[in-house]
Order: sequence, then structure tokens, then C-alpha cells
Amino acid sequence: MENKEKKQSRRKFFFKTATAALGTIGAVGIVTQSCKEPVEEGETVSLLSPDGTLVEVDKANISMAKMPAQVKEARAGIPNKKFVMVIDLARCRNARKCVTNCQKMHDLEPGDEWIKVFLMQDSNDTAPYWFPKPCFHCNQPPCVKVCPVGATYKRTDGLVLVDNERCIGCKFCMTACPYSSRVFQWKDPVHESQADHDYSPETSVPHQVGTVGKCDFCPDMARMGKLPTCVTGCPNGVIFFGDKNEDIVTNGTESFRFSELVYERAGYHFMAELGTEPNVYYLPPVDRLFDYETGFKTLTSEQKEFYEKSIVKKH
Amino acid sequence: MDLDQKSTRTLNYFVPQMVTISKSGILQLSVLVLFILGGFYALYIQIVDGHIVTGMRDNVVWGLYIANFIFFIGISYAGALISGILHLLRVEWRHPIIRIAEIITIISTIIGPAYILLCMGRLDRLHHLALYGRIQSPIIWDVLAISTYLIGSIIFLYLATIRDLAALRDYPFKSKWRHTLYKFFAVNFNGNSKQNRYLERGLDIMSAIIIPLAVLVHSVLAWIFGMTLRPGWHSTIFAPYFVVAAVFSGTGVLIIALWVFRKYYHLESYITKIHFNYLGIILMILGALYAYFTFSEYLTSWYGSETWEMEVLYKLFDPNGYWWWFFFAAIVGVVVPILVILIPQFRSINSITAVSVIAVFALWVKRYLIIIPTLETPLLPLQDMRPEYIHYTPTAIEWLLTFAGVAMFCFLFFLFSKFLPIVSVVKGEEGTNYAELRKTVMQRIIKRT
Ligand code: SF4
Repeated sequence: MENKEKKQSRRKFFFKTATAALGTIGAVGIVTQSCKEPVEEGETVSLLSPDGTLVEVDKANISMAKMPAQVKEARAGIPNKKFVMVIDLARCRNARKCVTNCQKMHDLEPGDEWIKVFLMQDSNDTAPYWFPKPCFHCNQPPCVKVCPVGATYKRTDGLVLVDNERCIGCKFCMTACPYSSRVFQWKDPVHESQADHDYSPETSVPHQVGTVGKCDFCPDMARMGKLPTCVTGCPNGVIFFGDKNEDIVTNGTESFRFSELVYERAGYHFMAELGTEPNVYYLPPVDRLFDYETGFKTLTSEQKEFYEKSIVKKH
Repeated sequence: MDLDQKSTRTLNYFVPQMVTISKSGILQLSVLVLFILGGFYALYIQIVDGHIVTGMRDNVVWGLYIANFIFFIGISYAGALISGILHLLRVEWRHPIIRIAEIITIISTIIGPAYILLCMGRLDRLHHLALYGRIQSPIIWDVLAISTYLIGSIIFLYLATIRDLAALRDYPFKSKWRHTLYKFFAVNFNGNSKQNRYLERGLDIMSAIIIPLAVLVHSVLAWIFGMTLRPGWHSTIFAPYFVVAAVFSGTGVLIIALWVFRKYYHLESYITKIHFNYLGIILMILGALYAYFTFSEYLTSWYGSETWEMEVLYKLFDPNGYWWWFFFAAIVGVVVPILVILIPQFRSINSITAVSVIAVFALWVKRYLIIIPTLETPLLPLQDMRPEYIHYTPTAIEWLLTFAGVAMFCFLFFLFSKFLPIVSVVKGEEGTNYAELRKTVMQRIIKRT
């Protein structure tokens, strides 16, 4: 009796695994179809199983398999790449689409922003400007230096990523980062993650309570040949993303030679004096397309007052 | 083991207090236990709900817990530095106070690091430190230094108590478990001259080791802050500054503990005004040294007036900000102890204890002021609409755990005093006679020249 039950459950387990395995393999082939068309019950497709036989599988049983980079790959980096970002401050009007896009893609809570837009003013005599700030993915990252367990690490393609499975939540990296780039997961993630895959440092989701998150330059998109979500989200083409090795950056509509762009437009590093060697370059806010006041359109008057107060120089 | 008259008297005085507990003692103990349970309750909530229940947020990522951590590691200096140095210098009056000092060290070295654990987001991954530890990280230095320090002080305390343990073993206790316990820990010590010689040498070696170790522990701790590029932290004098502050507060706590035990156990004949006077003078000197460091630290950053340093200074000197706390921590907490101890007419057991309380409390506030204002001053403007992300306010959970730590400190102290006389009973013969030694060394030198 007991034996039979055991056998049965074992058989069930075997079938489950088998279907799961087949489903996964099949899905790789029909990735594009399965997510668009509504599938009808009873329709079947032929798929090749790992041992080389052709099998029929119900279409309804197939789901799209998204396989994020596994930890080993995610720690090494994408070969032959050197990612770089250029942000053109002359074009920014605080549309905040980069922020909301990023929050949507990374399941972030309303206040948590991996890319922030600051209102900056360098001196009382100069005009304020809007300043989008992602993680700088520094070449000399202070956060990587201090992490006691190597949960924050630097890759060959220049990215600085966080492994949330390894992070112990000591927050040392948050005090070490001079650019306030890091966001802590203070409580259990509120809404269910939309992610249909396991955690990978390249997707940074689903979040885990008590660990650190930050802008990751969307390497999962890069693997698919797409641009980071903040780049594609921006209506003014402020953010350029690209590869230093190929010497090209693009905002989706325009492309430039990276070296020429930062040379001709006097690209600079934010707080270069800290010696962190960021991989994000800024183009100074000259010949602006918008007055900084335009940026207040989306904000309430209280928020506007708050912003203006925060940049007043006290001394 | 043969005891002399004085030791026998001491032993007979302490043993009854060790095996009984008075009614008021039970009451005090239950209050302590209540606070400790409160702490466990807070810990439970923090584990279930996550760190959202604390006042810490993305800018101020370290709060009360880290202040407590530095504070407790600081007071652990009482035993390590004070008793280590007094032992090496063969200071005669150290005997009645040395045990209390060492117990302070051990208890606070246990409680302090517990606060680090409270501050960690993922306690369940503590083993990652062993699995993936990176020696480049100052946190790993801290883990190594503190654990070495803890082991070192336990050995030091143990060596210093072996004679008493042997005496207790030979004492006719009624309960059998005490016999077994003391017999186990007394490791057949019977006080013959060979054993005594080895013990003295061991104590000398341990106190010589424990002093640099203590200095190192607090330096590493200071470097956690000093090595980050943050205003108010990134300073070269942080390590010595922390070390001096630590001995200062450690001496303060030692004086307070002496006062409490003197009252509690009626030790007037053992702990006398001399002890308070001498320790008071040590406290005064350290206070002056600490004031010098404080002055030098803030003067240089004010004179240099770098933008970010000024931001922090403005917060510290702003009457609507931290000024009154800063005033208390950096000025009142130093000047008052110095003045009271400096003027002989003011010097009494009670006044020295009172200024120690002020100094210890001031030093706790100072730790808070080192951490919070700096973290509230990121290099980029604070443009967050959530007020709790801009200004840190500790929550009830954090306070509960803070009080639980203090209660735990007192509770463990109480526990120790039930197993060991808190004044050392048997005085060992001093291993090295320094006058002799000096003479022979001098003779040798003279012979050579
Ligand atoms: S919080 Fe996590 S990522 Fe940051 S330093 Fe600590 S372990 Fe490393």
C-alpha cells in the first residue's frame, strides 16, 4: 500500500518534471509566438526532445521561458563590451519618464528610485538645471571595495552589480557610495513581482528583503540587444547608452561616436575629484532646450518649493 | 590551597553573598529581565517585519545600533587597557578593582557586536562572512579584530581568576555543582611556586598582548568611518580619536561600577577613596586628551571649510539642529569632569562618580553625533519627498533594543558576581621584581662599557 503510493507519487513527479523540461525546451523555439497569440486548448505543436525524438505537446502547456544569466555569467560580464552612458543635461526637463520606466521594469515602490532626477545649481549666480543620475558604475567603485562578502562586484564589461542572494545587508556599501545610488529593501516587497523567472543579478528582480538594490544598466536588455529602459523611456533623448569598445552611443534615435561626443561637447564626470572614475559622462547644460521651470510642470507647488529650498546655498 | 589571613577573610565575606539573593535583589533582577524580554520582543518584530520598523532609511542607513556598538566596544577598554597597563606597571592599588574592570571588558565585548547583528538586513546569511569573506573589507577586519580581542580578554580574565577559582574549589560549599564547576575551572591549581611563576608570566604576556589588541580593535572600528568619503568621517585622526574616547568612557564606566558594587555589597573597606581619586585623575587626563582631539578635528574642518564639511558643521552648530546635544557631548561632558576632579575641594567619591555618569552619557551622545549628522548629509541634495528619509528619528523598537542591551549588561554583571567574588581574593606574588631586574641589567651594561 505504502509502496504503491510512493511509486505513484514518484511517477507523478517524473511526469511533472518531464513536461516542465519539454515546455522549456519548446518555448525557446517559439518565444515570439507564444507571448502574443492567445492559445486555444487542444492545439498541439511538435517539439524536439533532448534525446532527439519528436513529441507533440499541447500549446496551452507551453509558457515562455526567459532565462536570465546565471550567477557565473552574471558575475563575469558580457564579453568584449565596455558599457558607457552619456547624459545630455541641455535636453532634460524633468519629464521623469526614465524614473517611472525604471520603477516599472524593476518592481520598485513609488518612492524608491534607481535613477533620480535632481535639481542642481552650482552657484547662486548660475541657472539651476535638472540632473538625472543613475548608478555611475565607477571603475574605482568605493562600494565594491568595502563589501565584506563580494555581493557587490565589478565585471569585465564595466558594470557594478549586486548579488541579492549573497548580500548580508550590512549597508556598508550605502555609506561608502558618495552618489546616493543605493536603495535598501527595508521590508518584504509589497506587490508580487511580475518577474516570471528566478532572481539574477542581471535583472535585479525579484527583490529580497534586507538586501541592497541599485541601477544595473539593464544588462538583461543588453543581452537581448536592447537599450536600458531609462534610455528608451526618455521623450527628449537625454540619455545615451553604448559601448566604449565600439566607440558608439545612442539614445534610440540618434547615434554618436562616443569619443567625439564627449570631446566636442566638453563631457565631464560628476565630482571627478572623488577619484571614482565613473562610466557615466555628463554634457554640460549649455544652449538648453528647456527652461528649468518647465520641469516643475509635473510637480505640485509644495514639491516645487521643496526642490527650490533644497538647492539654496546656505554659505 | 593555603590562604593567608586576609584572603580567608575576603573569601568568607563574599561567599555568603554569592550563594544567596536578597528580596530587593530579586526585584531588581526581574526589572532587568523585563527589559531584556522587551528587547527580544522588539527583535522579533524587526525580524518579522524587516528593518522598516526602525527609523533607518536610505540615507541614514546606520542609526542607534551602530552608536551602541561603538559605545559598548568603547567601555570594554576599562578592562583591557586600564587593567592591562596597571598590571604591567605593578600598580599596588589595582587589586580590588581589576576584576570588575575585566568583567566589564568581557560583557561589553559580547554585547557590542550584537548591535552589529541587529543592524544587518540578513541575519540568516551571517555564514556568508565565512563563505565569501573578503579581506579588503574593513568589516572583515572588524570581525577578526573583535573576535581575537574577545578571546584574548577571556583568557586574560581567566588567568587572573585561577587563584580565586582554586580557593573557591577548596571552600566547603553546600551545593555539589559549585564544587564540580570550580574544580573544573581551577585546573589543579594549588599555588606552588612553579605554578605561580608560570601564571605570572602568562598574565604578563596576556596583558602585553591585550593592550595593542585593544588599540587595534577601536582603530579598525574608527576606520570603518574614516575610510569612507563622507564629510565628518573622512579624517586621518579618527583612529586615535576613537581610542582616546573609548578609554575615557571605559574609565567612566569602571568608576560607576565600582560605586555601585561598593554600595551594593558594602565593600567600603576594599574599594576606598584612593581608588576613586586615582581613577578620577586618569579620567581627567583622558578627558583633556579627548577634548584636544575634538578641538583639533573640528577646528581643521571648520578652517578648511570645504562645502560638505561645512554642511555637517552647520548641523552640529545649529540651535535648531544638534547644537545642544553637541554642546553637551563635546563641551559639558568634558569640561565638567575635568573641573570637578581638578579642584581638590570638589573631589569626593560621589562627585567623581557623578561626573563619570556625565562623561559616559556624553560619550554616548557623541557617538550618535558622529554617525547621524554625517549620514544626513549626502553629497547630492536631499530631494526626497518622504520626511523620514531626510531626518532620522529612532523608533521604539530601536530604543527597546538599546535599553535591553544596558539591562543585559547589568544582568550579566550580576550573574558573574554570583559565580566569582567581584574583588579578587588571593593576591599573587609579583612574578618579576623590577627593582632587582633593573639592578642586574644596569650591572651588565656597566660591565660591558
Ligand atoms: S549591504 Fe550587501 S552589497 Fe552592500 S556591502 Fe553589505 S553585503 Fe555588500
